[in-house]
Amino acid sequence: MFPTPVENTSPAWRLTYQSLLPLALLMWLAPLLAVALFSVKPEAEFVSGGYWDLPSYFAGFENYGRVFFESDMPRYMLNSVLITVPTVVGCVILSTMTGFALGIYRFRANIWIFFMFVAGNFVPFQILMVPVRDITLDMGLYNTKTGLVLFHIAFQTGFCTLFMRNFIRALPFELIEAARVEGIAEWRIFWYIVLPLMKPAIAAMSVLIFTFIWNDYFWAVVLTQGAESQPVTAGITSFNAQYRAAYHLMSAGSIVAALPPVAMFFMMQRHFIAGLTLGAVK
Amino acid sequence: MTPTAMPTTEYKKLRSLNKRNEIAITPWLFLAPGVLFFLFYVIFPIFQSFDVSLYQWDGLGEARYVGLANYQELVNDRAFEISLWNNLKWLVLYLLAIPAGLFIALFLNQTVTGIRLYKSLFFFPFVISQIVVGLVFSWFYDPTFGLLNVMLGWVGLGPINVLGDPQTVTYGIIAAGLWPQTAYCMILYLTGLNAVDPEQIEAGRLDGAKGARMLWYIILPQLKPATFIAFVVTIIGALRSFDLISIMTNGGPFGSSRVLSFYMFEKALSEYGFRMGYGAAIAVVLFLIMLVFIAYFLWSMFQEERGR
Repeated sequence: MFPTPVENTSPAWRLTYQSLLPLALLMWLAPLLAVALFSVKPEAEFVSGGYWDLPSYFAGFENYGRVFFESDMPRYMLNSVLITVPTVVGCVILSTMTGFALGIYRFRANIWIFFMFVAGNFVPFQILMVPVRDITLDMGLYNTKTGLVLFHIAFQTGFCTLFMRNFIRALPFELIEAARVEGIAEWRIFWYIVLPLMKPAIAAMSVLIFTFIWNDYFWAVVLTQGAESQPVTAGITSFNAQYRAAYHLMSAGSIVAALPPVAMFFMMQRHFIAGLTLGAVK
Repeated sequence: MTPTAMPTTEYKKLRSLNKRNEIAITPWLFLAPGVLFFLFYVIFPIFQSFDVSLYQWDGLGEARYVGLANYQELVNDRAFEISLWNNLKWLVLYLLAIPAGLFIALFLNQTVTGIRLYKSLFFFPFVISQIVVGLVFSWFYDPTFGLLNVMLGWVGLGPINVLGDPQTVTYGIIAAGLWPQTAYCMILYLTGLNAVDPEQIEAGRLDGAKGARMLWYIILPQLKPATFIAFVVTIIGALRSFDLISIMTNGGPFGSSRVLSFYMFEKALSEYGFRMGYGAAIAVVLFLIMLVFIAYFLWSMFQEERGR
């Protein structure tokens, strides 16, 4: 193991390391902890200018209560869920199929289709912005969740195909050959043999896509406006405009908006990390 | 004897022919929905953008063909020049996330109690949306109450307004972006370090390699795949920077923190009238910059595919 495990070093360094660890974490998360602190401070303390005094009492319930019951925040959160979940489902369906086709079959166009997906996944969003906004307007889907979902599914299919195809390539090919010798139809091989083996990859990819889409801001402002369809990332700017200088509420709002992907990450940590490394680093 | 019964060899041949046809057709059926969707929403729009960049168009009325006039205008556009320079700053400074991530990964690659929780908490910033990161950092930098100035006050340094000064604003935003990006690179390296061959480390130790030399000659070569992915995601992240700028400064002060992705959005969809053609021209320039990297990534992947 590198660097040398602290257990095998001098007691002095071991002690230093043990105390350095929480200190480093505290510094690393300082900006975030500040926001968490702000979100439970009572309003009066911001008015009097005591930003960094310890809260005179815990105002978390009233601050978060106002975010949940007096603002549009729950609407935005619901929109985010209704955008994110269908996108994840759509991506899983499309990319298990494309990944299967590109991972199992050998044909001339294979590598080129694969590269098309990979390259498309890397392009800057701006090169798509004008045409995609136009397409969405033409289909009458501007400012709808459906419009946003359809685009997200299409775009994320690039990344998901890369992911799924690499995973399927790593499966033992003998399984498929054995099934073919048995005379099993190709679609049955997909459904009964490959798909069950892809469960961990599907889990990893789903968490990852969930986070990507939940955190998307650019497409939310390009394709939607207003509380009826905007997700929370875009909604939080109008929320902040509404509560300008009310730092206790803006902090609470930000934390609420950030929470779902964080919760997802902590629940599915192992899958998440496997996904981030694209399966290339094992 | 039934005359319709086929000889078994004939039957087998026919069946294997059927199977071969099936194997030839199946991938296309499986690919069709994904590929069509992707072509429709991603590939064709790229070409459409190239086309739009040759027109003057407000997004609603009739588009007027103007040839390369949009590009000619770009050459003399001061705001475009500033954005381009800022993009360069982003590209170069964002790469700091790679060594920083490696450094933290090395720091955390231990087995003391609770280290798993530490690793996840260090990774935290990456999971949060860039919008929240932007808000968090704009408060961090705030000249009246921001934590940064409180800390500077402890060592006797005066309040600075990072986001209000055209000289510092871009660096301030990049620093905010480095926070989640470093976390991403850290996790890539942590996973990579897990897979480093312990025998090689032992052999290195026997040969007297320690510390920096060990890192450079033995560890880093084995971390190459992690470094490659870190490089890819960091470059893409740098060129995609939009959320942070939009939320922290909205391009200001005086447009000094714009980058191409933000400037394009501003031109195409701003309240001062939509200039779709001009915006598309900016997007094309950004795309061509990205294309250099995409080509390099694909080439690297292609080499690896062939090596398998």
